[in-house]
Amino acid sequence: MAATGKTLAPASSARPAAAPAKMATSRPEKPRAWLRPGTLATYAALIVLAVAFCLPFVWLVLSSLKPADEIYAGTWLPSRWMWSNYADVFHAAPVLDWFLNTLLVTTLAVVAVVMSSSLVAYGFARIRFPGKRPLFALVMGTYLLPGAVTLIPTFLIWNKLGAVNTFWPLWAGNLFGSAFYIFMLRQFMLTVPQDLIDAARVDGAGFFRIYWNLMLPLVRPALVAVAIFEANAKWDDFMTPLIYLNNPNNYTFALGLASMKDSFKELGTQWSLLMAASVVFTVPMMVLFFLFQRYFMEGVTHSGIKG
Amino acid sequence: MANIAVEERIHAARSGRRTRFGLSDETRAGWLAIAPWLVGFAIFTAFPFLASLYFSFTKYDVINPPQWIGLDNYQRLFTHDRLFPLAIRNTFIYALMYVPLHLVASLSVALLLNEARHARGVFRTAFYLPSMTPAVATAYLWVWMLNPNDGLINRTLRWLHLPAPAWTVDPFWTKPTIVISQVWMMGSAMILFLAALQGVPKDLYEAATLDGAGRWERFRSVTLPMISGVTFFLATVSIIASLNVFTQGYVMFDKDGGPQNSALFIVMYLFKRAFGSGYFQMGYASAIAWILFLMILVITVIQFRLSKRWVYYEHEGG
Repeated sequence: MAATGKTLAPASSARPAAAPAKMATSRPEKPRAWLRPGTLATYAALIVLAVAFCLPFVWLVLSSLKPADEIYAGTWLPSRWMWSNYADVFHAAPVLDWFLNTLLVTTLAVVAVVMSSSLVAYGFARIRFPGKRPLFALVMGTYLLPGAVTLIPTFLIWNKLGAVNTFWPLWAGNLFGSAFYIFMLRQFMLTVPQDLIDAARVDGAGFFRIYWNLMLPLVRPALVAVAIFEANAKWDDFMTPLIYLNNPNNYTFALGLASMKDSFKELGTQWSLLMAASVVFTVPMMVLFFLFQRYFMEGVTHSGIKG
Repeated sequence: MANIAVEERIHAARSGRRTRFGLSDETRAGWLAIAPWLVGFAIFTAFPFLASLYFSFTKYDVINPPQWIGLDNYQRLFTHDRLFPLAIRNTFIYALMYVPLHLVASLSVALLLNEARHARGVFRTAFYLPSMTPAVATAYLWVWMLNPNDGLINRTLRWLHLPAPAWTVDPFWTKPTIVISQVWMMGSAMILFLAALQGVPKDLYEAATLDGAGRWERFRSVTLPMISGVTFFLATVSIIASLNVFTQGYVMFDKDGGPQNSALFIVMYLFKRAFGSGYFQMGYASAIAWILFLMILVITVIQFRLSKRWVYYEHEGG
């Protein structure tokens, strides 16, 4: 076993030499390759796993449509389809307010972070100035810094500014760019040919004209990827609103949904309503995903990860 | 001469004239472009970072000015506080379960997907969608799925005549409950692994096959080294994320840390001390934050050191 491992090592360093051998070794693809037992097993495993991954969604939606007394009955399908649960959710709590609050915060956060991160990324990618390298290392350092360390003083700052119980702390930090997006956009901007920029310079365009008229249009797919990552992150965010908001009409959806269970305390948890609210909360993210699937995959692949 | 003039023009075009402060246009533009980040860094990172270090040596309740007490907070955390060591223990047990399971699960699914030639997009969507679900909705979904009496999981287990654990009630099972809900959301890790797998040159596999390597040998000697960069990145990020676990524990187990505090994690405890009703112990909570920060720092440094032994980079600085 170890011997095979060793013989493999030189093979990897001699890759160019291995390439011509490729023609000789590639056997003609068997017809109906998918009928081979190994391939069938792969598809069987994939189907079982995919069903297992999707079942929770099915269960969630079905639970949300059950009458309250049937939720514990253990049947899959509701005996009566309670579409009214969805109307009831909006009456049981200020769900519409939460929805609109979240939409507002998310929109502001997305616009702010796209504008600021792209400008900063442009500076790091395409402008030469002293101090650039150490500063960029600092940007990456802040990416690994856990938020818990800055949490309390940040709260004290917003408290001093009288911004507790407003939406400012939920999005205004985005005006200053975000390390991960700066990194990601910089990677994309580095791929823009220098000739294009030089040509624009000779034509008399300033650095910010180049940013606005040349760079931004060229990296639009990356901007879209950043926008949907951030939309997902802000839609999701629970801890920040938990710290800063304490008036139920001001809640974001995440905070409101989490508070719903408490409000049921005396009556016992009404799972079907909770599930219906969860569906309402989740659907916009699903829509976002299906609309921008391509950008999502590209964004994840090219850069790293979402929080 | 003419050549020099042209070069000068290009140079002037690139870096611009010097202004009266002796900075070229380019330098000024560069600093202006990154100015938003610099300002944000000063206000929302550097200052809070240092301030929380200072607060960790004080007693501070927001209303009265902070009062210097030296190392008291740290000493109390480790000697007089019953919950803090428990929170550390819980957090590490959670991380030890979550990180390996998360990596193995996402890599396994990616390997399967990489084999599939048909309907790959459909499968990919099925595995990715859960990670789009908002955290609070995920928490509710899984508390309900794993409900000991009526949840889908235990109904299925009983139907198969398998033991059905009291997931959300038994202190032993609360952490696995969270782990399951989080591993369900492995979508982006899976996509990253898949991209890495597709980047492994085919001729490496062919060369290995010629050398007589079987399936497992090819996986061990070609696949694993070639994707080690992504594995390292995902390991680093998921360790940090799991040490910062908060929302799942908070929502699934009603804020307090669950049965016998078995789901009380470091950040939850920090949150309780800082913002919990009747506490507002900003100094004490800052000390918790700094202990967490130092633990993460040490782990990350060790990881980067170890990575030199097992992470293979094809391109320099990759």
